[in-house]
Amino acid sequence: MSDMRSVFAETASALLDEDPLAAVVLAEISVDMFGKAAARHPDRVLNVGIREQLMVSVGGGLALAGMRPIVHTYAPFLVERAYEQVKLDLAHQGGHAVLVSIGASYDAARAGRTHQAPEDVILLDSVPGFSVVVPGHPAEVEALLRGAVGALDAGSTYLRLSTETNLETRPVSASLQMIRSGRRAVVVAVGPMLSPVLEAVADLDVTVAYATTVRPFDASGLRALEAGSGAVVLVEPYLAGTSSYAVASALTSRPHRLLSLGVPRRELRQYGTPADHASAYGLDAAGIRRSVTGFLGWTS
Amino acid sequence: MGLRGVGRAADARRAACGQAEGMRSYAELPGLMTQMTGDEKHGPSATSTLDVLWVLYDQVLRVSPGTVDDPGRDRFLLSKGHGPAAYYAVLAAKEFIPEAWLPDFGSVSSPLGYHPDRSLVPGVEISSGSLGHGLPIGVGVAHGLLARGLPGLGDSAPRVYVLVGDAELDEGSNSEAIVYAGAVGLPNLTVVAVDNQSSTYGWGPGGIAAHFAVGGWSTVRVSGRDHEALASAFRVTGAAPAGPQLVVASVEGEE
Repeated sequence: MSDMRSVFAETASALLDEDPLAAVVLAEISVDMFGKAAARHPDRVLNVGIREQLMVSVGGGLALAGMRPIVHTYAPFLVERAYEQVKLDLAHQGGHAVLVSIGASYDAARAGRTHQAPEDVILLDSVPGFSVVVPGHPAEVEALLRGAVGALDAGSTYLRLSTETNLETRPVSASLQMIRSGRRAVVVAVGPMLSPVLEAVADLDVTVAYATTVRPFDASGLRALEAGSGAVVLVEPYLAGTSSYAVASALTSRPHRLLSLGVPRRELRQYGTPADHASAYGLDAAGIRRSVTGFLGWTS
Repeated sequence: MGLRGVGRAADARRAACGQAEGMRSYAELPGLMTQMTGDEKHGPSATSTLDVLWVLYDQVLRVSPGTVDDPGRDRFLLSKGHGPAAYYAVLAAKEFIPEAWLPDFGSVSSPLGYHPDRSLVPGVEISSGSLGHGLPIGVGVAHGLLARGLPGLGDSAPRVYVLVGDAELDEGSNSEAIVYAGAVGLPNLTVVAVDNQSSTYGWGPGGIAAHFAVGGWSTVRVSGRDHEALASAFRVTGAAPAGPQLVVASVEGEE
């Protein structure tokens, strides 16, 4: 099975063949994966060099010229380094693009803090009009990318790719999908957090819901799944609490408790593997289980 | 509300007179600016750009109030969104916007703010204000127009013109765009740098032009007050076949 990045490059290359208005803007990262596409479409595969501000601005300019740009690089350079370009050159101009990142959260555990941006989703969430989609498996990437490009007339999308993946794929949907049902809580697992969540709560009486689209957040879906338990656990692969306000807004009219799990607001000054970092952050199955049982124990 | 009535009146005048006919002359621009500032004396940021803006809209840009949404129009991007009174005055003189909008400049009900918003003002291609965004966006627009292969409104493909200030070039995002656009030889991009020597550290020997030239741009430096020289510079550079072009419009010592 290809990884998410490969599926992205294959799908984007196909879109360039199919859609004369599609364009891909790169800043050296993944350029080798677009070699054939660039040979076929030299005017629509643009590598601007190691210039991430320019990369996003060019995406904004392409949108103003009526193109459908896909802008791609490593997460911290795409979202954090070029944040004002995302805010002004895309959103403020009213232009739309699909931003596609690799290197989610601690994918690059060995590379250290410079190559990690668990803040990506909360930053983009502050830009009006951005959808955010987080595939949990490589087989979900094609449909999500095609959906995002197809929706460009309506708005921009951030597609967040990771080397962390679930054991099996699920059909993608803009709605929360119920994976299993239970009575004591709803556990919302975002993208690649589904497999560790299912392992963590295997013997617990909880509903598990899977989200690939986190913005817009499926508020009515959450209300339907919550169904009176009054307890919600959010398990996100990026900054803890990123979607807390969305859950709180969805449940404004109901008494409820919320546990938000994700990457904490501290620097882990260690290298190692993504599994090491997941463990340190309590985002592996054992850590999620500790948090959820503690949360449910306090209820009873 | 009153503005709508004025808009209809302007539309009627355009229909009667033909849309390319500017109803106002250059001599009337200071009066239009005074309607915004309420002051006979205008700030250097606003007036340093006035002649360049006038020459572009009067002689160079293939865009009119009737073609602001035409895909084949030339694009003018005011990157330096500061001091936009001169820009609004020219847009009013050329009837992209009603003159009646000017006195309300900056009020809560006015579409004309201290930095322009493309969603509010007909003919404004980009919303600007934060420095160093217009040129990088212009690189993307130029690429997009080439990729679409659109016919222009005149005898050649649409062209992108970006106005920057010399101090605005301090922003590093411009350097990314200058080196890249020169390296790939973007043929449909013109930058006009209005140089009133306001950059604290300047651009060293050769000035702004040397900075662009080393990146492969063709460059020309003219007086930013000389309408004939400006129009000629835009024509000459516009006819050059390869690579992006820089026009330095010098307004030193005139503020």
